[in-house]
Amino acid sequence: MSFQCEHLSKSFALRGGFVQALEDITFRVGEREFVSIVGPSGCGKSTLLKLIAGLLRPSAGSVVLTAASDDERPASALVFQEHGLFPWMTVLENVAFGLEARGVGRAERHERAMAFIASVGLAPFAHAFPHQLSVGMRQRVGIGRAFVTDPRLLLLDEPLGSLDAQTRFLLQEELLKLWTRSRSAVVYVTHDIEEAVLLGDRVLVLTGRPGRIQGEITVPLGRPRKLEYAVDERVSAIKWQIWGMLEEEARRSLALASREPLPAEEGAVP
Amino acid sequence: MSAPPDRRRLGAGVWPAVFVVAVLLALWELWARAAASASILFPAPSVVGAVILRQGRNGELFRTTGATLLRLASGFVLGGVPALLLGLAMGFSPRVRAAVDPLVAAAHAIPKIAVLPILMILLGLGEAPKIAVVAAAAFFPLLISTMAGVRQISPLHFEVAHAYGASAPRVFWRVLVPGSLPQILSGVRLAFNAALLITVALEIVAARNGLGATIWLAWQTMRVEELYASLAVTSLLGVGFNGVLALVGRRLVPWHATPEI
Ligand SMILES: Nc1ncnc2c1ncn2[C@@H]1O[C@H](COP(=O)(O)OP(=O)(O)O)[C@@H](O)[C@H]1O
Ligand SMILES: [Mg+2]
Repeated sequence: MSFQCEHLSKSFALRGGFVQALEDITFRVGEREFVSIVGPSGCGKSTLLKLIAGLLRPSAGSVVLTAASDDERPASALVFQEHGLFPWMTVLENVAFGLEARGVGRAERHERAMAFIASVGLAPFAHAFPHQLSVGMRQRVGIGRAFVTDPRLLLLDEPLGSLDAQTRFLLQEELLKLWTRSRSAVVYVTHDIEEAVLLGDRVLVLTGRPGRIQGEITVPLGRPRKLEYAVDERVSAIKWQIWGMLEEEARRSLALASREPLPAEEGAVP
Repeated sequence: MSAPPDRRRLGAGVWPAVFVVAVLLALWELWARAAASASILFPAPSVVGAVILRQGRNGELFRTTGATLLRLASGFVLGGVPALLLGLAMGFSPRVRAAVDPLVAAAHAIPKIAVLPILMILLGLGEAPKIAVVAAAAFFPLLISTMAGVRQISPLHFEVAHAYGASAPRVFWRVLVPGSLPQILSGVRLAFNAALLITVALEIVAARNGLGATIWLAWQTMRVEELYASLAVTSLLGVGFNGVLALVGRRLVPWHATPEI
């Protein structure tokens, strides 16, 4: 498998004008690689994942995903920022949905979904509905829906963004375990610098809107990653380096925000 | 955990209502017995009950109710099925909605009973014009609820289905239909009540049988207790259907924390 984005740009039509969300994004992801992407909010991270998943068409550039001809796996699977579980489906049906959409028979997809559900300790909730679950459980179901399709490329959009620090910490570990057992490459979007470093083999740092790649950092930590790396000084050094890249941008957008309390573009798009 | 919550709520909710109705009926009974003049216009519930029993024994009750139910059911199906299909299409497609919405708003405002004479000229004096009016009455509430049901489905759910490569029929059955089902069910309830109302009303003006015709005949011949008997049966039909629908809703929409029906 090989995946790359080449000179990818995206602009949205908006109220007669347009918003440039992404500009000239080029990067590649290798077999089984874990690439983190950090950037300020609104810089086009979700847009980038949707372009890769084929939900949006690029304004320029291309997304290339190649695989061996006998590779039957789906090209990609996206874990949405707001989990996007179907409230009318049970946990089991939700996890199995990606397989169902690909035409996998009922018995097989339930077996594969059940295996995932059991592996993350959600077996007692297999027949519960999403509204009966905690936020953390829902997020795991959303992750499961993507994982069980066994995609070549797994796209995660701030999957742990809405969780409290403790749950987040545990789920980071769980996510790494799941990924280690899978065969997928990962593109992991987050606004949390530490998370990007702790999980990724490489970290791509985006600029504010329009999102451009302003730097790439290779994380020199071994695998499997351990929780203790959170206090490793190499991690602190890299975090500091990334913060240096983002700081000016963050300050500028803060200043901008205090001058214009309600930026028109932000308000218009949910 | 997997069982829908609050299964007992329906049963628990019924008893206070039963109690209130029983108390009101008892007061009515006492009053009608105490004041002879009142019982002319307000016959005691026991008298009305006796009439219903008598009509039940001689079969009149079932002929009358059957005639009404037949009109109601034919009209309901004839109006409801197209309402469902058009409602789904209007909810899903802004273009269909833009094309049909003004027409719906205009037609919805017309009292359905007012077009009965025209329909009788077009369709004859038999059952056809009556069923058409009932169909029209059932059509609009279900159409509007179904459309609203589809429109409140989060675009995110369509995006998810799309992202996983779901085919159009799968999106229809797994997203569109279940996503709008709670509102569809409340639309069915509104449509049924509208259809029942209109069926009885048009039987009063234009039918020889059915609950409405019986009500009118009883009134003209001043058999007030028979009038009340038919009113009571009509209202029991409403209560019965709404109860059944609430139960069905619980089965069909177990994910809804607070069922709308
Ligand atoms: N469908 C859309 N139409 C118009 N503008 C959009 C749309 N989606 C996103 N945008 C704009 O593109 C920019 C990037 O959005 P997004 O990718 O969601 O950012 P992030 O995920 O990094 O917070 C934002 O300014 C947003 O307002
Ligand atoms: Mg985002």
